[in-house]
Amino acid sequence: MSRGRHGNTRIVEKPNNFKESILKLVRFLKPYRKQLIVSSLLSIIATILNIVGPFFLGKITSQIQIDITNGDPINLQAISIIGIILVSLYSLSSLFFLSQSTVMSKVVQNMGKNLRTRINSKINNLPLSYFNSNSYGDVLSRVSNDVDMITDSLNKIVSRIISSITTLVSVIVIMLIISRTLTLITLIFVPLNFIFVGLIVKFSQRYFREQQMQLGEINDHIEEMYSGHSIIKIFNAQEEKIKDFDKINKKLYKSAWRSQFFAGLMFPIMRFVGNLSYLAISIYGGNLALKGKILIGDIQSFLIYVRRFNEPVSQIAELTGVLQSTAAAAERVFEFLEVEELEDEKHKTKVLEDVRGKVEFKNVTFGYTKGNKIIKDFSIVVKPGQKVALVGPTGAGKTTIVNLLMRFYEVDKGEILIDDVPTREITRENVSRLFSMVLQDTWLFKGTIRENIVYGEDNVSEQELERAYKAANVDHFIKSLPKGHNMELDENSNISQGQKQLITIARAMVKNAPMLILDEATSSVDTRTETLIQKAMDDLMKGKTSFIIAHRLSTIKNADLILVMKDGRIVEQGNHEELLKKGGFYSELYNAQFN
Amino acid sequence: MSKLIKYFRWYDYLLITLTIILTFLRVGFDLTLPDLMADIVSVVIENGSRSEIFSIGLEMLLYTVLAVISVFFISFLSSKVAARFANILRRKMYEKVQSFSAEEMNDFSVASLITRTTNDIQQVQNLVVSSLRMALRAPILAVGAIIKIWGRSSSLTLVTGISIFLIVVVITFIFIKVGPKFKIVQENIDDLNLVTRENLTGLREVRAHNAEEYQKEKFERVNEKLTNTNIYVNRILMMMHPFMNLILSGTSLAIVWVGAYLISQNSINLPTMMAFSQYAVQTVMGFMMLTITLMMFPRSFVSARRVSEVLQTKAKINSPLEPVTKTGETGTIEFKDVSFRHKDAEEYILKNINLKINKGETIGFIGSTGSGKSTLINLILRFYDVSEGTLFINGQNIKDYPLEQLHDLVGYIPQRAILFSGTIASNLRLGKKDASEEEMLQALKTADMDKFIKRQEDGLQYKVSRAGQNFSGGQKQRLSIARGIIKQREFFVFDDTFSALDNKTDSRVRKNLIKHIKGATTLIVSQRVGTIMNSDKIVVLDKGEIVGFGTHRELLKENKIYQEIASSQLSKENL
Repeated sequence: MSRGRHGNTRIVEKPNNFKESILKLVRFLKPYRKQLIVSSLLSIIATILNIVGPFFLGKITSQIQIDITNGDPINLQAISIIGIILVSLYSLSSLFFLSQSTVMSKVVQNMGKNLRTRINSKINNLPLSYFNSNSYGDVLSRVSNDVDMITDSLNKIVSRIISSITTLVSVIVIMLIISRTLTLITLIFVPLNFIFVGLIVKFSQRYFREQQMQLGEINDHIEEMYSGHSIIKIFNAQEEKIKDFDKINKKLYKSAWRSQFFAGLMFPIMRFVGNLSYLAISIYGGNLALKGKILIGDIQSFLIYVRRFNEPVSQIAELTGVLQSTAAAAERVFEFLEVEELEDEKHKTKVLEDVRGKVEFKNVTFGYTKGNKIIKDFSIVVKPGQKVALVGPTGAGKTTIVNLLMRFYEVDKGEILIDDVPTREITRENVSRLFSMVLQDTWLFKGTIRENIVYGEDNVSEQELERAYKAANVDHFIKSLPKGHNMELDENSNISQGQKQLITIARAMVKNAPMLILDEATSSVDTRTETLIQKAMDDLMKGKTSFIIAHRLSTIKNADLILVMKDGRIVEQGNHEELLKKGGFYSELYNAQFN
Repeated sequence: MSKLIKYFRWYDYLLITLTIILTFLRVGFDLTLPDLMADIVSVVIENGSRSEIFSIGLEMLLYTVLAVISVFFISFLSSKVAARFANILRRKMYEKVQSFSAEEMNDFSVASLITRTTNDIQQVQNLVVSSLRMALRAPILAVGAIIKIWGRSSSLTLVTGISIFLIVVVITFIFIKVGPKFKIVQENIDDLNLVTRENLTGLREVRAHNAEEYQKEKFERVNEKLTNTNIYVNRILMMMHPFMNLILSGTSLAIVWVGAYLISQNSINLPTMMAFSQYAVQTVMGFMMLTITLMMFPRSFVSARRVSEVLQTKAKINSPLEPVTKTGETGTIEFKDVSFRHKDAEEYILKNINLKINKGETIGFIGSTGSGKSTLINLILRFYDVSEGTLFINGQNIKDYPLEQLHDLVGYIPQRAILFSGTIASNLRLGKKDASEEEMLQALKTADMDKFIKRQEDGLQYKVSRAGQNFSGGQKQRLSIARGIIKQREFFVFDDTFSALDNKTDSRVRKNLIKHIKGATTLIVSQRVGTIMNSDKIVVLDKGEIVGFGTHRELLKENKIYQEIASSQLSKENL
């Protein structure tokens, strides 16, 4: 049963390489093979037990028929024996089915869990550059939708398909035992069934795909229009947009009823073909019975088997579709799991601790994509304890410098040294430990304020925390909260941008690394909070080598060194007074804000 | 759902009636088969002739074909009805949302309106289809089959009744057990997505804090929860199949078994028993379908309710029924004792605002976040209505203006630039429907975006992808400015428009603007003193009240709050 949580926008996807994706999935299932085999066996046994039922049921009718024709009293004892056999068969079958589903649910869900875990761990082992060309939404949909798809269909495949095949085989065997001619007649209708089903599937898939496409289109349109509601209104564009909408809506209507129509035909048509064979058996079987070649009970069982026979045929027809989409989902998941990870650094033994804070860029060149160099031949030496400000228009490469410093990305040419040790020679983890970082996009997660602040650090004492709160100017704010620092933060918590920023500063304070990176963006914060943040940042920087990405020039006037960047190069450097006197790019930037 | 039914038209009812009739026919045809089968059995037992069997067979064929023909039409009609219903609902919904004011948008939230217009309506469509197909057929089938078996044998009817009872109990039990868990599964998935999204948006922070393990543990906790709920739900759902099987097989067995006793007592004959066994299975199946369909209904009803909620909502802000004739005044805005608070909110966002803006003036608005700047602007655009006092535009109560006419007066450039997929030209033409190429280029030039366009091969036909994702924040903002100013209007409103631009571009664009929109009344909201310091007058807002009104110089001299803001942004020399 579908739980409808995929929404209605999933298109039946086709994998690029069906065989390989399925093989990968099979390989992934290897650890579960014992349970899968057990589950399959249980399913086979349960099905066979269930399938032989009607055979015995027919025997009861036949017994009655024989007794009636012979004019004997009906042999109720014999009938009761058969009845008891049937009761035990059916009960056993249900028992096996139940245990099969218990085993299967666990296996499939655990496999799903395992896949999700792998995807999640993968996220943190990927180079950041992966996310330049792949959206977060894409990764998210692999974690939830694709894994869901795989677990759902595995469940289907193993539980239903195995029992379908078993049903098919055992039904044919029993039918052959009962009557070869009647079996032959039933089989004649199989190709007919396939032809009808095939035709319907062909049409319905076409319209279904069309419908999915138009649903996607209309979703896009609606999302855009609702998000831009105020603009549509103010520019009086409602009428126009409704016209656009009508066009898509009309197309959607057409494909919607068509796909519904064909989908609705599927089951009845199969029933129809089933009825045709039912009919043929009745007529032909009736004739045979007249001649005394077959008992009525056998015809009765046969009729039940004819119905049973059509069920797995349709399920196997469905299998191709399920396998396709499973393969497509598996392909996406494994493709992600196989993306090249960050370099393994286990062999690096060199450790940098208690650094003084000398940082040197030596002829660094870097680009996010080949051929498009963002940083060109960048060299600079920063003395321990210096406060360095990076200034320049957007796209000048300021953030990139930070990315390289933290080794979020690896330089293409040149090297970066900390205390004269190339950062490439130590582990990324080691580099991370050397810096505290406050970024422009305040990143807070769902959890308590305390958890957000001690993030990633072990053994932080309450005193240390208290001190960080004070220094970051959040102590008053935290104390004013009903649960203090144990208050949960989530999307609904009413915390201003400024307070969020202060919390990230407190986080950096707790980490207390020897060097600092500040992306000091306070444009969305009111001026008084800004003063608080500024003060907190100043405290944070005391005695530490700091890198500041400056957005507002008034805040970096007391930097020891201002690097004015443009197009990946340093165009000017010096302190505020020197640069102003120079009358170059910096003074131009600086004065622009007052004109 | 009942509130949505009014959106069916008379021809829908016609089609629905047809569907019902066809369903009766179909069930009738289906139900003749077992009886005909029994006839064949009678022929066999009574040693009849082959031709008798053959003619019964022909009759069976006839009914089978008739049944499939009715199904064909049922499927056709139900698809049409459902798809059209969804089509109409979607259209009504879209229109309704377009008529909403900011208040209703906020009440529902954009995200929720989107799902209501898309997924929920889709759910309603599915509901209509399955009602017309399954839910309609199941009771007719069940009743039909009961009529067929009624009076043939009370004991066998009792057996069937017990099976039906068991089916209903089992399915209800399963749904009661599983139903609430669906919601929990959804919540778990949301949590999982939340943690993953957190990790993705904080990639740098996670690495900078070496917190990979921490994230992993967090993920595993939600992962574990989701897995356990899923296992529980699946197990119970998968129990359904074996139980159904057991009950169906059990019914057949019980009827034959009991039937044998009845035959031996001569209360029924063999053909009757065989026909009965098939009808009994049909009846039980009918109830099975009915119960399952009914159990699925509540979920669709939730969707239907979510749709009708929107459709029932009346937009609070509408054009007046009797617009007042114009006063002849142009370019003026006057706030008279205006206060504003959101409905249900206790705090006022704006309090006792009195302000008169004359034609052609440039007015700057400054204040900290939450001081009410943007709200004040929203009142002028009539995104909201004032709670107290009166707002006059051109000497006329804003509520007396037809909305379209009011919107036509104002060129509005919001804080967050919103572009629509299409081309640059199609976006600019939102500002002026018949804008010529020259006008567009001129507007782009003013917004400092002309160089970009000139570099592109497609020029004004350069593609804008969804929500303008193919442009940077600054570019989007500049396009939004061009769109806002392309048409000469009486008022221009820049709601913190310039903060997305760097200082240099900001000042360049503002210089261009002065020339471009000469003569119009201009309102500029900003956080930067630099952006508004040259305005004719500056309004200083604090906690919803006007605490200062004057020129940069005057305010700098006398106004404490203004001084505070300015000193944090400007250097000594500039002050």
